[in-house]
Amino acid sequence: MKMLRRISPQLLTLAALVALVSVFFPEFLRIEIVDGRLIGPVMDILKRGAPVGLLAVGMTLVIATRGIDLSVGTTMAITGAVAAWSITQGYGLGAALALALLAGVAAGLWNGVLVAIIGIQPIVATLILMTSGRGIAQLITEGRILTFSHDGLASLGSGSLIGIPVPALLWFFAAVGVVLLMRRTALGMLIESVGVNRAASALAGVNATVLLVAVYVGSGLCAALAGVISTADIRGADANNAGLWLELDAILAVVIGGNSLLGGRFSIAASVLGALIIQTVDTGILLAGFPSEYNLVIKAGLVLVILVVQSPNLAHHWYALRRAALMRREARLAGIKETGQ
Amino acid sequence: MNPRLYPLAATIAIFILAWAICLMQFPFMLSTRVVGNLLTDNAYLGIVAVGMTIVILSGGIDLSVGSVIAFSGVFIAVMLRESGLHPLVIFALLLVLTTCFGAAMGWLIHALAMPPFIVTLAGMFLARGAAYMLTIDSVPIVHPFYTLLNDAYYLMPGKGRLTLIGVVMLLTVLIGMVVAHRTRFGAAVFALGGGEATARLMGVRVGWTTVAIYAFSGLMAGLAGIVFSVYTSSGYPLATVGAELTAIAAVVIGGTLLTGGAGFVFGTLIGVLTMGLIQTYIVFDGSLSSWWTKIIIGLLLLAFILLQKGLLRITTARTKA
Repeated sequence: MKMLRRISPQLLTLAALVALVSVFFPEFLRIEIVDGRLIGPVMDILKRGAPVGLLAVGMTLVIATRGIDLSVGTTMAITGAVAAWSITQGYGLGAALALALLAGVAAGLWNGVLVAIIGIQPIVATLILMTSGRGIAQLITEGRILTFSHDGLASLGSGSLIGIPVPALLWFFAAVGVVLLMRRTALGMLIESVGVNRAASALAGVNATVLLVAVYVGSGLCAALAGVISTADIRGADANNAGLWLELDAILAVVIGGNSLLGGRFSIAASVLGALIIQTVDTGILLAGFPSEYNLVIKAGLVLVILVVQSPNLAHHWYALRRAALMRREARLAGIKETGQ
Repeated sequence: MNPRLYPLAATIAIFILAWAICLMQFPFMLSTRVVGNLLTDNAYLGIVAVGMTIVILSGGIDLSVGSVIAFSGVFIAVMLRESGLHPLVIFALLLVLTTCFGAAMGWLIHALAMPPFIVTLAGMFLARGAAYMLTIDSVPIVHPFYTLLNDAYYLMPGKGRLTLIGVVMLLTVLIGMVVAHRTRFGAAVFALGGGEATARLMGVRVGWTTVAIYAFSGLMAGLAGIVFSVYTSSGYPLATVGAELTAIAAVVIGGTLLTGGAGFVFGTLIGVLTMGLIQTYIVFDGSLSSWWTKIIIGLLLLAFILLQKGLLRITTARTKA
């Protein structure tokens, strides 16, 4: 119940968007079964939203610790390149996946060590991998678009299980898994405490350094999964364009999810809904027949509205106004009492 | 030596060292042609990095500049095509527009008390989106004034061309240095970077300064957009994607502290030139692939951040002792 209240603004936004798109494109909510697959715009959104949804899961945790991870887009490029490279080298699907996830862990470990142990600001620490990561990915693919033909790997991006696209299932289960891990154990609360005040939580006995590193590793893992999905989807690793600017979308998803960039309390469900909102805007603009040029302007407007709603300054003004109104009412009530006597 | 000068000294030393290494392999790199090209090719980056330096000195960040450059190019190209206005009039219009855009972002950052990162991210989407809405094609610029601008260069001894846009970049750096280090506004920027609460207690008008900082960055981005449009003779909405990150990297390599409050505009120029030098070296070498540029720039970034971290530790240890 409490969770439903937390994510209600995001749910309402999503519902409003769906209604809005349905006005322009009445078939929006229709789902058909073709060749045992569910097909329709909604399924398309669930599938295409997978990379940003996955990134948003990891990004939520990083932002909850008052950090930010700019490198997830390039990590996607690296892990996608690793997966495609290992498949073309003749390793099996299991080995390719393991190597890709390992690359994601390595990327996360690098960021985590820079942030937690060396003490570099998260923006700068992750900027290093962001600028050099595409170079590393190109090193792996040797500057080409590394294509492969392996049905097992490709099915991770374009296959379907009981009619539902595999990417949608992957990000759904990843999100549910992380939510359970965070909320059924004390881990989530510990991460929040590190985000609120690292020094205080360290004094209270929380191993803040290990938690911080772990959070970046988690973000790297999510990025690795997203990278594998997007590589599998196009059956090729494009070091230049895979995951390009998705870190910004992921951060946006987290912000739309109502999570503060200043760390502390977080909701993964809300972030994932934020990712769905972004994807619905993207797909909706296309379906509604608007030129895709409008996409960015609409996104900017959306961010602006959310910023205004979330602004600590405005909230402060709002509380001040309400308190003033309350005091005025009390004064009036007191006045009535006095005149009554 | 003043410990605040260490990062700048390190930047200059690394630049000279890099140039010396290049010279040993390719003696021709000392020629004025290479120097001229280095200035011309990096002119737009140098200009936008000056604005970014001011923003970073104040402890902020401006992610919108790459998109603003692209928007500027498209705006100029489309306005030239659609209206009969003289380019200079369009330049003036554009600079007013981008300055107001920056000022609006600064006002939002201050009024909403939101992190600059996310406000300028929205600005980045908006500017790029506005560029797309003007056109999605690459629009060539054909105008006698542009030919004039492109042909304006000073032939240095050794047949190197010191182009107009290169000179504009150097002048901008000079103006940036004066603004940052010699004016009341610059002092307010440094104070803000040291800490907002202390700055307020010192009597800095925080709101006004924040607006002015981002307005300045917007102005620089607009100017960079003009220079870029002269350099490419076209406007393309997909141009300079990621220029903001290159500019931030140049500022960091130039020895400015990303937490704000310490740094030099001159260092940024050296940072831009160092990055340009790496690219020139790779072109000269011919066998190295372009992706090495990115990796080397990443490593340089890391080296500089670690260096600053170490210096900070040394200086704080000294003040404690």
